[in-house]
Amino acid sequence: MSAQGTTRNDICLRCPRGCEVITVLDDKGAILDISGNQCKLGIEYVKQEINNPRRVLPTLVRVAGGMRPMVPVWTPEPVPKGLLLDLAATTRSIEVDAPVSVGDVVLDDWRGLGIQLVASGAVARRAGAEVRHSNGGE
Amino acid sequence: MRVNGDYDVAVIGGGPAGMAAAIAAAREGARVLILERNDQLGGILPQCIHNGFGAINFGRDLPGPEYAYRYEQKVRALPVEIKLNTMVLDVTGGRDVFAINDDEGYLHFKPKSIVMAMGCRERTRAQIRLPGTRAAGIFTAGTVQRLVNIEGYMPGRRVVVLGSGDIGMIMARRLTIEGATVLSVLELMPHLTGLRRNYVQCLQDYDIPLHLSTTVKKIKGKRRVEGIETIQVDERFRPIAGTERSIDCDTLVLSVGLIPENELSSQAGVVLDDHTRGPRIDSSMATSVPGIFAAGNVTGIYDLVDYVSIAGTAAGANAAAYARGTAPEKRRRRVRLVPGSNVGSILPQEIEIGDDDSRPTIMLRPNATIDVSVRLRFTADDETVTEFRERYARPSEMIVKTLSARHLDQLRGDKNEEYQVEIV
Repeated sequence: MSAQGTTRNDICLRCPRGCEVITVLDDKGAILDISGNQCKLGIEYVKQEINNPRRVLPTLVRVAGGMRPMVPVWTPEPVPKGLLLDLAATTRSIEVDAPVSVGDVVLDDWRGLGIQLVASGAVARRAGAEVRHSNGGE
Repeated sequence: MRVNGDYDVAVIGGGPAGMAAAIAAAREGARVLILERNDQLGGILPQCIHNGFGAINFGRDLPGPEYAYRYEQKVRALPVEIKLNTMVLDVTGGRDVFAINDDEGYLHFKPKSIVMAMGCRERTRAQIRLPGTRAAGIFTAGTVQRLVNIEGYMPGRRVVVLGSGDIGMIMARRLTIEGATVLSVLELMPHLTGLRRNYVQCLQDYDIPLHLSTTVKKIKGKRRVEGIETIQVDERFRPIAGTERSIDCDTLVLSVGLIPENELSSQAGVVLDDHTRGPRIDSSMATSVPGIFAAGNVTGIYDLVDYVSIAGTAAGANAAAYARGTAPEKRRRRVRLVPGSNVGSILPQEIEIGDDDSRPTIMLRPNATIDVSVRLRFTADDETVTEFRERYARPSEMIVKTLSARHLDQLRGDKNEEYQVEIV
């Protein structure tokens, strides 16, 4: 442990175990020591958390002509934390046409950042529902 | 009315435990029936749109609907009869199952074995004796989850959450993502009751304040909630006068615990456990009534759906074996496990100590927080028979342990019928 370094405590989010990871940094922010993690995911997590914290966003989009009004979507790859609320605002304006299947891409390459929203649930088409448009988005 | 004896195994409830049970029983060649009261399979999972499911069973971090979808695909690929929108009204100790639905009316099944997989329900305002008016705008967290995630309605704009359980924190984030303002999460206990990872990713990430040792003193508003008054409590949960604070809000969300749903188990004469409030089960998921098995949240509240599916698989396979008449005779030594100090509940309550290499898995719910290395001890007459170490004990995290050859050897060398399991 370095005497002049700063330490930070993080709860690793990579699995439900939630290890408390303690990281010692030097004056320039370089990592001197990582402890408390039970597996290597904890090291990866802390490095990302220090440089560019990211989170998975699970949310919903509207469905037109479906048996249900909403379909659950998520970002299988975590997105930069600072963009979560922007992306959430975007998803609130999206409406897709039924049917929706698990794995359907609902929004691709958001803002050119390679961020994808993918359906995690399915919504069947309601019998007799009229066809309106193909997709919403920004 | 015709008594339908076509099925070997009837599974009551089509959630994660029931689906896993149906798959396991059908793979054993049993004729399986699932009775589900909702209009789809999956139980609570379709409304749990957050990720965090599947780490053990799929090696992936999946959202709830996708976890349910993967199991539903497996169920539908097998010759399993699924009756949706079908409510089971009664189950007898003789394994008569009475159910009702719109299309077929009143139904009477006589399966050879039954898997109880009814899950759990939420504690309500009445059960925590919350004072104040009966204005609109007071919801349980699971109800809010259903309204928002399935029905597409927002319950309000300015929200306070009572209870720092996982669903409460997850719904605080969910409502924020959908544009509401979550003003505060209140927790009566001096510590978080849900997982710490949910505190980080649901509250901290969205700047939602958590107030510990705090509860609701009063709900204001006549037709609709207009605000609440909070109050801090001391270490014995007594309100501290002078710590009141008013919050203007239109919605109060309660995340104050879950209760296994066992009306049908009781009707069938299944013995319930005082600690889990679910059926007492053994390592084969068998209840006290021959031919009736139980798995998942109906037997006690689990942290992770992955373990629910694992329990369902065991229940389904054993129910199929019972129906076939090939269930192993219960001639091996059986021992009862009783919660000792710092242990809230244990599943299963009875394990077999055989001479073969079967390794029972036990799950313990600690009722105290001990943040240093702990020992889990099996004791009889204050003598420790076997023990193992854990890094810590927290009420929010079940301790899951598959007994090793060493533990089993030590238990084989002892002749007691009951062990206290304690955390020290």
